[in-house]
Amino acid sequence: MEDLTSLKQEDNQEPEEAEQPWEEITAASSQDPVPGLPEPLESEQGPETGLQPGSSPPQSSQSRTSTPLNDLTGLGASSPPSFPQEPTSTPSTLALARQDLWSPWKSDKTTSVIPEARTAHSNHLEQSSDKGESAPHQKCQSEGNTFQQSQQTKHHLHEPKDASHNNSKLKELRLDIFQEEDSNSNYDLDHPEPGTSEVTPNMLEIAIQNAKAYLLKTSSKSGLNLYDHLSNMLTKILDERPENAVDIIENISQDVKMAHFSKKLDTLQNEYEMLPIYETAEKQKALFLQGNLEGADQELEDEILTDAHPIQRCRFWGKILGLEMNYIVAEVEFREGEDEEEMEEEDVTEERDNGDSEADEDDEDELPKSLYKAPQAIPKEESRTGANKYVYFVCNEPGGPWVKLPSVTPAQIVIARKIKKFFTGRLDTPIISYPPFPGNESNYLRAQIARISAGTHVSPLGFYQFGEEEGEEEEEVEGGRESFEENPDFEGIQVTDLVESLSNWVHHVQHILPQGRCNWFNPVQKNEEEEEEEDEEKEEEEKGEEPDYIGQEVGPPLLTPISEDLEIQNIPPWTTRLSSNLIPQYAIAVLRSNLWPGAYAFSNGKKFENFYIGWGHKYSPDSYTPPVPPPVYQEYPSGPEITEMDDPSVEEEQAFRAAQAAAELAAEENEETEEDEDEEDEYD
Amino acid sequence: MDAESLLLSLELASGSGQGLSPDRRASLLTSLMLVKRDYRYDRVLFWGRILGLVADYYIAQGLSEDQLAPRKTLYSLNCMEWSLLPPATDEMMVQTSVVKGRFTGDPSHEYEHTELQKVNDGEKVFEEEVVVQIKEETRLVSIIDQIDKAVSVIPRGALFKTPFGPVHVNRTFEGLSLSQAKKLSSYFHFREPVELKNKTLLEKADLDPSLDFLDSLEHDIPKVEP
Repeated sequence: MEDLTSLKQEDNQEPEEAEQPWEEITAASSQDPVPGLPEPLESEQGPETGLQPGSSPPQSSQSRTSTPLNDLTGLGASSPPSFPQEPTSTPSTLALARQDLWSPWKSDKTTSVIPEARTAHSNHLEQSSDKGESAPHQKCQSEGNTFQQSQQTKHHLHEPKDASHNNSKLKELRLDIFQEEDSNSNYDLDHPEPGTSEVTPNMLEIAIQNAKAYLLKTSSKSGLNLYDHLSNMLTKILDERPENAVDIIENISQDVKMAHFSKKLDTLQNEYEMLPIYETAEKQKALFLQGNLEGADQELEDEILTDAHPIQRCRFWGKILGLEMNYIVAEVEFREGEDEEEMEEEDVTEERDNGDSEADEDDEDELPKSLYKAPQAIPKEESRTGANKYVYFVCNEPGGPWVKLPSVTPAQIVIARKIKKFFTGRLDTPIISYPPFPGNESNYLRAQIARISAGTHVSPLGFYQFGEEEGEEEEEVEGGRESFEENPDFEGIQVTDLVESLSNWVHHVQHILPQGRCNWFNPVQKNEEEEEEEDEEKEEEEKGEEPDYIGQEVGPPLLTPISEDLEIQNIPPWTTRLSSNLIPQYAIAVLRSNLWPGAYAFSNGKKFENFYIGWGHKYSPDSYTPPVPPPVYQEYPSGPEITEMDDPSVEEEQAFRAAQAAAELAAEENEETEEDEDEEDEYD
Repeated sequence: MDAESLLLSLELASGSGQGLSPDRRASLLTSLMLVKRDYRYDRVLFWGRILGLVADYYIAQGLSEDQLAPRKTLYSLNCMEWSLLPPATDEMMVQTSVVKGRFTGDPSHEYEHTELQKVNDGEKVFEEEVVVQIKEETRLVSIIDQIDKAVSVIPRGALFKTPFGPVHVNRTFEGLSLSQAKKLSSYFHFREPVELKNKTLLEKADLDPSLDFLDSLEHDIPKVEP
C-alpha cells in the first residue's frame, strides 16, 4: 500500500501540476493531431495509475457521488465537446468509455497521461485506441515535466497489471480514475482549447493503440483476451444493473468467463450441425427449382455443367471415393474447336526439358561421362483423341462447383500404373510417392480415370461399328482405327446372351499402351525433328519396343471382344450377372469387372451404360509393393588405374628392387628394355 | 444392419457403390424374419455380401441376448435359404491365409494349395509336396471372422454391460452428438476387448465400466485423423 500512498500524494499533486505541464504539453502536442477522445482516455488513465484503492483525491467529491456507471459514461463520453459541458454520459459512448477505461490499465504509459489527457480534452480529440496513451506518455517524457509522475506511476502500472486478474483492485482503481477524471475535468473546463489538437493526437493515438494492443493480447491458456473479457463484463453489469456491483464484481467476472465457454458450446452444437447440411441442401434446392427436369441430382448437375461450357455430350462417369471427400465425375465431350489452350503450354515445357538435358551433358564432359540419359519426354496426345478423347469434370458433392481436370500425359499414366495412392478428395493434394508422380491429385485422378475408362468401358457387340473408311493398320501410322460410330442397325442382343458369353461385349475405348498413349508414338521421328543429340542405342531400344505394340493382349484394334482380356491368376476379368433371378424377363445383364473393382457395365439388350463407383485402384491379389529404386549407378568404370591396391610392404619392395637390379643386369646384358618398362609400370 | 431397419441402412450404405436390387431386398426382409424365428435369435443382422466369380454370398449373423457372445453366422446364395456356418477357429485362419484371389461362389469348391511338409517316415525325414485342400466354406468363415475382428465398430453408448456380465442393447441411446461423432474415441470395436488390460490405471479411472468395456478405435494402427 505504500505505493498507493505515494500515489495519493501524487494525485494531490497531479491536478496542480497538471495545469502547468498542461500548457506546455499542449504546446508540444500541437504537433500530432490526435482524434479527440483518446485524451479523455488518458485522463482516465492517469488517475488510474496514480490512484490508490479507496483514496479520495481532493476533488473527488463529484465523482464519488456519481456511480461508477456515470463516471464511465462521463469518461467515455468525454468527447471534448461534451466534456466541458458535463460529465453526463451519453449511452452511445458507453462502449467507447469502456474501451478507453481498460486501455489505461494495461498501458505502460504513465500518469503523465493526465496532463495530456487534459490536452486531449481541450483538443476535442475523439476517443480512440491506445495510441493516444502512448503519445502523451512520450511527449511527457521528452519534456520531462511529468517525468516524476511517470516514474512513480509506472511502478503502479506494474502493480495493476499484475493484479489485472484481481478484480477488486481493478475496480478500485477504476473508481479512482473516475474520481480523478472528474477532478481533471474540472480543470479541463477551465483550460483553453488551443489548436494544439493536431499535435497531441498522434502520440496519444500511439499510446492508446499500444495499450489497447496489450489489452487485446490473448491469454495462452484460455484463449481469451482481457479487452474482450472486460468489455463483456461491463456490458453484463450495465445490462443487469446489480446492486452493490462493486462488491460482487469478482463473481460477475467469473460468471462471465463461464458463460463465455458454455455459451459457445451450445451455439456451436446447434449452429454447426445446421450449417454444412443446410448449405448444401439450399444449393440443391436452387438447382431443383431451376430446372424443369425431373430426376436425380446428377442430371441437374450436368445440366448446369452444360450451361457453363459449350458441351456436346455429357455423361455421368461415376464416383470415385476418397478418404476425406468423394469425387463425382462427369465425362464431357466438347464441341469442335474448344479446349485448345493447353496444347501450347505443353510444347513450351517440352522444349525446356530438352534444353536442360543438353546442359547436363555438357557439364559432365570433364567428369566421367554419365551414360544415363533421361528417357525422352513423350508428348501427350492431342486433345479429343486417344486418352484425352473426353474431358472430365469433377465435383465433390452434388451442388458443388465443377472443376475441369487437366489432360493426361503419357508419363503420368506410366507412373500411375506403378503407384497406389488413395484419393483424399482435394484436388491440389500433392502425391508423394516413388517413382515420383509428376503432378498432384488432379493429375493422378485424371490418369486413373483414363485407365479405368480404357480398361472397362465396354458395349454390346455391334452397338458401335467402324466408320466407313477401314484401312489396314500400319504400325507406323498413328491413326489406327480410332473412330467408331453408332450402328443404326443395331437390334440388340438378348440379355441372356449378354450374360452367358463375354464375346458379346467389346471395348469401345482404346487401350493404353505401356508407353502411356493410345496411339503409338515413335520418338525416333521426333528426335530427328527437334532434338539434336540422339544415341543410336536409344533408337534401337525403341524399335525393340515396337513388337510389343503388336503383342498387346487387348489389341489396339478397337472393338475387341472382352473375352480376350487377360486373366489375373486364373480369375476371369469379368463377371456377369443377371440383375434379378426372380424376374428374368425384365432383368438386365450386369457386367462386373474383376480387374477394376467397382466398374460396372449393364445393358438391357438395346441400351447399355458403363459406370464406376470405387476407390480408383486396380485389383491385385497381392498387396501393393512400391517398386525398388534403381541400383546406384556406377560412377567410374573400374579399371587398374583407380583400383585400390595395398601398398607394398618393405620386404616386398626390397625383393622387388633386388629383382629389378637383377633384371637390369640381365637387360644390360641382353639389352631388352621392354622388361624394364613393364617392371616400372608394375611398380607404379 | 439390423433386420428391422434393413431398408434404411441399405440406403445409407449405397454411397459407396454397393447396393441391392429391389427383389433382393424384398427377399432379404422376409427371409431374415424367418431366420430370427427359427433360430430364436434376439437380433439378426445382415452382415453383407461377399462377391464371388459365379455367385455371391449373402451373410447374416444372429445374436443372442448377450451381445458379446460369439455370433452365429449364416450364408445364403439367393437370400432365401440360409445355412449355418461353423464357428471360426485359429487353425482355420492359418490354413486359409495362404489362399489368395477371389471367391468362386461355389461353397463346395476346394482350393488346392501345395505345401512342403516334412513327413516323418520312420527314421527318414524328407519333404514332400502335399496338396492341401481348403474348402471355400472354411475360407468364408475365416474371412468373415477376420473382417469382424478388424472393422466391426459400434458407437459408445449403444451397448452397456450389466454387473452380471451380459451385454445389452442400450435402449436409451439416441446417437452421438456431432462433436462426439467426429472423435475416434467414441467408437469401439465390437469384439472381445484386447487392449483394455493394457491401459494405465489413470486411464481406467476415467472409464465408465458399464459403457467403456470395449477397445476403442483410437489406438488402432495406422493412425488416421478423423
